[in-house]
Amino acid sequence: MLSRTAENLYWLARYVERAEYLARTIEATLRVTALPNTYIGQTNEWDSALLTAGVSASFYSHYDEANEKNVVEYLAFSTANPSSIRNCIENARLNSRSVRTALTSEMWDTINSAWIDLQEVWGKGTKSREELAKFLRFVLETSLRFDGSAYRTMLRNDAYWFSRLGLHLERADNTARILDVKYHVLLPEEEHVGGPLDYYQWTSILRSVSALTAYHWVYRETLKPWLIADLLILNDSLPRSMSSCYGNLVRNLDQIGVAYGRQGAAQRHARGVRNRLEHSQMDDIFQRGLHEFIQEFIADNARLGEIISKQYLI
Amino acid sequence: MAVAFDEMNGPGGDLRPAYQELSRWLSETPPDALEYRRQEAELLFRRIGITFAVYGDSEAQERLIPFDVIPRIISAKEWTLLENGLKQRVRALNMFLRDIYHGRDILRANLIPDDLIFQNPVFRPEMNCQDVPHDVYVHIAGIDIVRVDSENFFVLEDNARTPSGVSYMLENREIMMRLFPDLFARHRVAPVEKYPDELLSALRSVAPLHTSSEPTVALMTPGVYNSAYYEHSFLADKLGVELVEGRDLIVKNDEVFMRTTEGLKRVDVIYRRVDDDFLDPLTFRPDSALGVPGLMSAYMAGNVTLANAVGTGIADDKAVYSYMPEIVKFYLGEEPILKNVPTWRCREPADLAYVLDHLGELVVKEVHGSGGYGMLIGPAATKATIAAFRDKLKREPEGFIAQPTLALSTCPTCTAKGLAPRHVDLRPFVLTGSRQVTVVPGGLTRVALQEGSLVVNSSQGGGTKDTWILDE
Repeated sequence: MLSRTAENLYWLARYVERAEYLARTIEATLRVTALPNTYIGQTNEWDSALLTAGVSASFYSHYDEANEKNVVEYLAFSTANPSSIRNCIENARLNSRSVRTALTSEMWDTINSAWIDLQEVWGKGTKSREELAKFLRFVLETSLRFDGSAYRTMLRNDAYWFSRLGLHLERADNTARILDVKYHVLLPEEEHVGGPLDYYQWTSILRSVSALTAYHWVYRETLKPWLIADLLILNDSLPRSMSSCYGNLVRNLDQIGVAYGRQGAAQRHARGVRNRLEHSQMDDIFQRGLHEFIQEFIADNARLGEIISKQYLI
Repeated sequence: MAVAFDEMNGPGGDLRPAYQELSRWLSETPPDALEYRRQEAELLFRRIGITFAVYGDSEAQERLIPFDVIPRIISAKEWTLLENGLKQRVRALNMFLRDIYHGRDILRANLIPDDLIFQNPVFRPEMNCQDVPHDVYVHIAGIDIVRVDSENFFVLEDNARTPSGVSYMLENREIMMRLFPDLFARHRVAPVEKYPDELLSALRSVAPLHTSSEPTVALMTPGVYNSAYYEHSFLADKLGVELVEGRDLIVKNDEVFMRTTEGLKRVDVIYRRVDDDFLDPLTFRPDSALGVPGLMSAYMAGNVTLANAVGTGIADDKAVYSYMPEIVKFYLGEEPILKNVPTWRCREPADLAYVLDHLGELVVKEVHGSGGYGMLIGPAATKATIAAFRDKLKREPEGFIAQPTLALSTCPTCTAKGLAPRHVDLRPFVLTGSRQVTVVPGGLTRVALQEGSLVVNSSQGGGTKDTWILDE
């Protein structure tokens, strides 16, 4: 397969995953900011949404204040923000067009229809909360349809595996980022522990990675910060956990390695990260510092992206 | 200008036999049912993403070519004539190109002036004495044909470089079959779906002679921003070959490889949809980022086949076109089956004088123009436009030819006011491989949607129709 095709498939999946994550982040932030101040305290949730999206610095070069209107505009519709939902869908379409021959018609239809809707229905952004909710639903459904049609219609060959690599790499990054931004909530100062503020913050983390219901099924417990961290970092059965993403990355890279008859740096690096996750315990992670642990993971994950590029995509 | 010949309602309003069933079907089908299916067709085109880009139009970077749901029908007898004429013409084109780049018999016979060839910017001296596999230069030709009455077909242009539009021939048929199964059931329409298969065998058959195993074919595109990108990806998909851009290819020791996830892979035949000028920055335009450095030297070494060959532009130059009847006779010793439109070569003083005197009634074209750009249609032009053209002609007469304004035939077409006749042309696609010349029964019918307009080019607001060749 052409390296450029593999690269396009990989980025296509990343863009779609990122769009979904941004939509979930906005949705979760809307919920938590709708609560009275006594429940969420003085923290600016919109600021924190910008941080989890990794666009805080660029946001302030365009706006003065991180309020709902500005942040929603920047994360969802702005053309100035290279990773806004709009640009993610635009880029996904551009990538799809470049690799049409490697996509099934269902996948192309999903992306192309989303792109058409983006211009015709959402071209001017949204005017009300109700419209915004519809828009976010549209983004989630696009991602689900894309993922579903890839899963159901693609041949299981390198095209499929490269697209999955993009998805899991992006997903691992997103989950790690939200934990990193909210780690101070998970590791609160003594006096705040267990207050109502934390409860709503925690649910908002879980919502952004669609894991609120999963939490209750897995732990059958009230929300506890270390269990939330355990779920998002180490629990293999949660599709968005860092550990589950790495299980998949290792598997997909192995499939590629077998098909091509050789292993390389990407396979070794992914296995290394997965082993570290497998042998970690929540207690140790907290003791050594959650922030440091996640920072290291984010760097490792980015490194894997670079190695995959070098080995296969250029 | 004479009244145009209508392909459904012939001269005197007599329904022509090929259109009998269609006419009956139209009278049974309520107009709103037709309108509904027209909308459905548009939706399908949009969803499939069959778009083209219009250069210099930033607002609508991707546009749909309007599709007209009323098919254009050609009888088996008419098609036989066309098919024979097309094959004859393409054979002659290939022999002409081989001759021009080798012995030049035709110049020595004084049938064509030397300077028309050697002063021509699309003549490629690099190709002198260069052999190409099986002497095939034009593997894919898109010959534009118009008709003016029930008997006469004229060739308007020989597109011998990188003709496009075949994806519309194939997709129009798919969509028509989906939307009008009942109408198909009433006709015996010759299928067009074998085109990709025939194209692939033609391409494989012209692989470099020493290619050992199954040759690897790739389709080379300038990229997603090219106006025909959809077609490139569509064809690559149907052919089952990689769609490559210049940056995907690399030349090592005069061999061409593509960069794949498993390392470099040898390429033997490139169906290139990139113009000569942009193929190789080392040989042609040094500023081209679309090409592959070294590609020409691999080509000259005989290690890769380019389809079409480099230098075919000399055969679709519009001044050279005017010599086609002589070219056919010279190489094949046959009378041309398809007529040429009478053409004034503005490079010749007597012709130029006539053209300048009759600008108001002629069509004037740039010899290297395509896509309907830079063309003057005398009867439809304003005084100012004609005056401006007059100046251009005087300044650079060798850049233009002129032809009478033909009354192109019309076909019934959906308009805002119901069915009405609109002018059409036809582009069939002729394939040449190592052993045979083939034409899939069909082609792209382009239709000028504006009332009275003669410009069918998609870049100028033309639409397309499905073309049915009846199989009797």
